[in-house]
Amino acid sequence: MANIMIQQGAGGGLVFYLPKRDLEASIESIEFDTPEKWGGELKLDNGGTYYIDPIAKPPRLPISLRAKRLGAAED
Amino acid sequence: MSTMTREETEALIAEVLEVYPDKAKKDRTKHLAANDVSVEQSKKCITSNRKSLPGVMTIRGCAYAGSKGVVWGPIKDMIHISHGPVGCGQYSRAGRRNYYVGTTGVDTFGTMNFTSDFQEKDIVFGGDKKLAKLIEEIEQLFPLHKGISVQSECPIGLIGDDIESVSKKAAAAIDKPVVPVRCEGFRGVSQSLGHHIANDAIRDWVLDKRDGQPYESTPYDVAIIGDYNIGGDAWATRILLEEMGLRVVAQWSGDGTLAEMMNTPKVKLNLLHCYRSMNYISRHMEEKYGIPYLEYNFFGPTKIIESCRKIAAFFDDTVKEKTEAMIARYQVMMDEIIAKYKPRLQGKKVMLYVGGLRPRHVIGAYEDLGMEVIGTGYEFAHNDDYDRTIKEMGDATLLYDDVTGFELEEFVKRLKPDMVGSGIKEKYIFQKMGIPLRQMHSWDYSGPYHGYDGFAIFARDMDIALSNPTFKNLTPPWKKVAEEEVKKAA
Repeated sequence: MANIMIQQGAGGGLVFYLPKRDLEASIESIEFDTPEKWGGELKLDNGGTYYIDPIAKPPRLPISLRAKRLGAAED
Repeated sequence: MSTMTREETEALIAEVLEVYPDKAKKDRTKHLAANDVSVEQSKKCITSNRKSLPGVMTIRGCAYAGSKGVVWGPIKDMIHISHGPVGCGQYSRAGRRNYYVGTTGVDTFGTMNFTSDFQEKDIVFGGDKKLAKLIEEIEQLFPLHKGISVQSECPIGLIGDDIESVSKKAAAAIDKPVVPVRCEGFRGVSQSLGHHIANDAIRDWVLDKRDGQPYESTPYDVAIIGDYNIGGDAWATRILLEEMGLRVVAQWSGDGTLAEMMNTPKVKLNLLHCYRSMNYISRHMEEKYGIPYLEYNFFGPTKIIESCRKIAAFFDDTVKEKTEAMIARYQVMMDEIIAKYKPRLQGKKVMLYVGGLRPRHVIGAYEDLGMEVIGTGYEFAHNDDYDRTIKEMGDATLLYDDVTGFELEEFVKRLKPDMVGSGIKEKYIFQKMGIPLRQMHSWDYSGPYHGYDGFAIFARDMDIALSNPTFKNLTPPWKKVAEEEVKKAA
């Protein structure tokens, strides 16, 4: 489990940030994206995948969450 | 555009790395690249923020340097204790030229060195008592200080002193903030982790201490984040922002105070100059207080105008009007400077190797003077810095991360720039080679370089360095060899 932060990117997409490793990557896909259920599996553009427990869609970004790493980035 | 093609740059990298053993070569190859502007993600072409290779010469610092030297040190009304043996504090004392106003030793303490001066017995029996006594003494001798930060040096982490508990007790006793910072030098691969630790300490111990207190705010409140006032940089920045009609509430941390930092959560916009050292706290404020942050660049008129407009877009029309009026007013001065220096500097080539933000931020200023940056690199950047750099640099230019002494020398010998911008450790090596060098850490005892006023000084300094007749009379070693060979042949 790692603390992560999800932000609104400048281009409109979501940006994933892992403070512990200073890793910044844009989120390519998010499993659930509805007002009631938001989260699940996050696919990053660097090849990594993380899982966050689905929650109600946060009213404001950025938000810090706990995430589980499913697949590491290649580096 | 670069004068070298991609193949040439890649061949150069391969050639320079030839002398290394296989393992070292494999490792270093990842840190050197020919820039490819089409790449979106820097990690595809360059690796950064990795442990330096043992046996090579690197110019990186340590976590203590990043915390005490960079982030905490410039906060002028606090006393920063270098907790541990005397050297770390003494040999980095007052070296960074972060200017401040105030009476040193009375209400400001920027250039002073406070240390617990660890001896053998402190290592054996622990230094907590000494720290408590030290804080007591400070309170007696310097009653006007506003707070204390305890900057750990390596032994503190190794012997496991509990500086947090000492700090908490001392804070209650003197009724002022005492901040323990766990920035032992062995943490992380460079000073970059020190920045992070320092930011986290500010977040935990300082930032929210005035939340809920009454504060008279205006819609134009901003904070300058990540400007360390080297040679007066933050002041040059502040003038422009105030002319735009904004109110600068806090300067982080050049010429900054503890009270300013505690008031920062009340601002409307955080202006982030040094992304590398202070993005952490900006991200935190964005999440906790909903304050957006904006990266800006105040080097050279092109970037200043771009940044000012970007900042003004956050505010109402009065700010936008004032910004345009300001840009127009300074344009006359800028045109004069460019008319004077551009013909002298046109086409000159520069190589940079600095830390933090400068390897990409100053590119615009050089381009305004008609100069070209043919190689750039960071001491301690992460991938997100290179993401931003790739777009600023020309195609096929050289990028080097945590470059070694040998590599940088070889690159300079092959690329033959007209000038190198780096630090004091590189300065005399390259000047003896016959290449002028300007220190881009400390502005070579000049400055400020930020803002319009700074650009005038920047242009003058670059001209002074490049037009210095000394360098015409110095024959660099590679030319000497060629001459002798010619003689032999004849």
